[in-house]
Amino acid sequence: MPLTIPREEYMEQGHTACAGCGAALSMRYMLKAAGPKTALAIPACCWSVVPGEFPATNLKVPLLYTPFAAAGAAISGLREGLDAQGKEDYNVFAFAGDGGTADIGLQGLSAAMERGHNVIYIMYDNEAYMNTGIQRSGSTPYGAWTTTTPVGMKRDFKKQNKKFVADLMIAQNVPYVATATIGYPEDLERKISIAKSIKGPKFIQILSPCPPGWYHNSADTVKISRLAVESKVFPLYEFKNGKFSLFKPSKTARLTDYLSLQGRFAHLKEDEIKVIEESVNERWSYLLKKEQS
Amino acid sequence: MTGNEAVAAGVKLSNVKVIAAYPITPQTTIVEKLAEMVANGELNSKFIEVESEHSAMSAVTASEMTGVRSFTASSSHGLLYMHEALHWAAGMRLPLVMTVVNRAIGPPWSIWGEHTDSFNQKDTGWLQMYCETNQEAMDSILLGYKIAENNKLLLPVMNMLDAFTLSHTSEPVEVRSHSTAADYLGELELESKMDFNNPAGYGSIVPPDGPFMEMKKDMRDSMYNATNAIKKEITTFNDLFNAELPGLTENFMMEDADYALITLGAISSTAKYTIRKLRERGQKVGLIRLYFYRPFPGEEIVKAVKGLKGLGVVERNLSFGQRGPTFEDVATAIYGRVDVPMRNYVVGLGGRDVRVKDYELMFENLVEGNNEIEWVNVGAK
Repeated sequence: MPLTIPREEYMEQGHTACAGCGAALSMRYMLKAAGPKTALAIPACCWSVVPGEFPATNLKVPLLYTPFAAAGAAISGLREGLDAQGKEDYNVFAFAGDGGTADIGLQGLSAAMERGHNVIYIMYDNEAYMNTGIQRSGSTPYGAWTTTTPVGMKRDFKKQNKKFVADLMIAQNVPYVATATIGYPEDLERKISIAKSIKGPKFIQILSPCPPGWYHNSADTVKISRLAVESKVFPLYEFKNGKFSLFKPSKTARLTDYLSLQGRFAHLKEDEIKVIEESVNERWSYLLKKEQS
Repeated sequence: MTGNEAVAAGVKLSNVKVIAAYPITPQTTIVEKLAEMVANGELNSKFIEVESEHSAMSAVTASEMTGVRSFTASSSHGLLYMHEALHWAAGMRLPLVMTVVNRAIGPPWSIWGEHTDSFNQKDTGWLQMYCETNQEAMDSILLGYKIAENNKLLLPVMNMLDAFTLSHTSEPVEVRSHSTAADYLGELELESKMDFNNPAGYGSIVPPDGPFMEMKKDMRDSMYNATNAIKKEITTFNDLFNAELPGLTENFMMEDADYALITLGAISSTAKYTIRKLRERGQKVGLIRLYFYRPFPGEEIVKAVKGLKGLGVVERNLSFGQRGPTFEDVATAIYGRVDVPMRNYVVGLGGRDVRVKDYELMFENLVEGNNEIEWVNVGAK
């Protein structure tokens, strides 16, 4: 099978991301599909420092840094500003972490999507506030250790389920919503390309494993992102023109295959893993039903 | 027209390309009017109906960054909500203009006038202009863009109107000629805007040894040194439009005054009325109105207060734990240069009326009083 990933690189060397950073791969793949006529807005998140110190940047597209809660508003302003100059053919992307999307930036995201600007919002989901050093976010899954859900003498970890922002975007009837991960780069490229071809608001949530935050070997980033899909922990789906389709991986993995590679889940006891398993299965049946309805 | 209508007319004259705004009393009728102009095709502008003021400022910051003239307006709690984004716009050196209709800050809830909202923003890197009339409200938009877009300045401008007294009250306003305004402002040509041929990061991180302090110093210096350019622009504006904008400050009956007050905004009109009345009684009183508050017109104040026997600084805003900010700024400006006894008057909070008899009391107090800070028209009414 020929590779469909474009050879062009819009992310150059010199970034400051950690070894094995899933978010760095997310950016690289996203830009390959986005192309050079792209304006980026980046709120506070790992990627607000990854491109490098002023005046350097390792990206070949212009990027506007914005306040934490402002990604949705910034892409709205970029879009309308470019359109006012007849530059409708330029892409406008937000590239925001899960904190800036699921938590502090949710209002701005929801409003930008509702207003219908021709923009693409990318949430690179590393499942915690990683730039500030692994604090739990609304997108952190049940069971995860973080520095604000530490495991101590009386035991504690994040007791709440992950908020799936992509699900919220479907509920808002955003014209194109997808989940993706860097372990499936061709699927990711395809989804960005589809998003580019649709006029209106688009939202893509990319699971981006984080070696220091998830306590996994930096060589395992791609493996873990594939296991997340194969174990159904992070289902890949697409919602286009009101139609929902769920990707069923041909190869399946056990939940423990996914969890055991990550130190953030190392404290979990069997009954706690059972809780995760039940909620993963429950969500999978919910998504299957959604596809059939 | 009302002050808010005058602002909308000023925005139309300025050929603004992107507007983002969120409703809040008493600013709302500005954006309603602008939305109507866009709907009728009178104004060729993109209109973003944002979901918050933080988003309003963030959206116009982004649109201005693409190189198009952008505008927003707010009041009170809305202005406080965009505080972070105000720093962002100024730090990006974007020549935005925003109108603030000054309204009190709760609790308790109050929709009426006072200046605390914009005074809380005086350290954000925005220029501040306080209007006395609806004509000034319109002219300040045009002048605001002209000054902000000056390549030696490149800082955003906030122009202020008092709630209801100006925003919702009709006065005769001369709408400036569209063609003259178009020639005056021209198209926005930002030197530093989003560039696809030479892609950069706008707002990238800067370490302690990087140019962070240098950038902030340049902002501060640019604003501090802008006073001559502003004065020149005001003269040009007045000549071109046959307008009557004051300088950075307006001196009213100051030539031979023994006692004077310093005011900002619409309450200055009542002060002028009172001064005329007291002059008829032979009292040598005068007024210094601060049209610009940032950059602070220190030199103008030094010149105006020389020889005074007493100076009262009238404060329509409140700072806790210290005297008023205008008092502090005036004292700093004249320190070591002019020796004038100063008093501070707190007036008009939450829309409380500032009456002729209140100004009479302030002038009496200037002669006889000894408290450094006085609350006027408070308590026993």
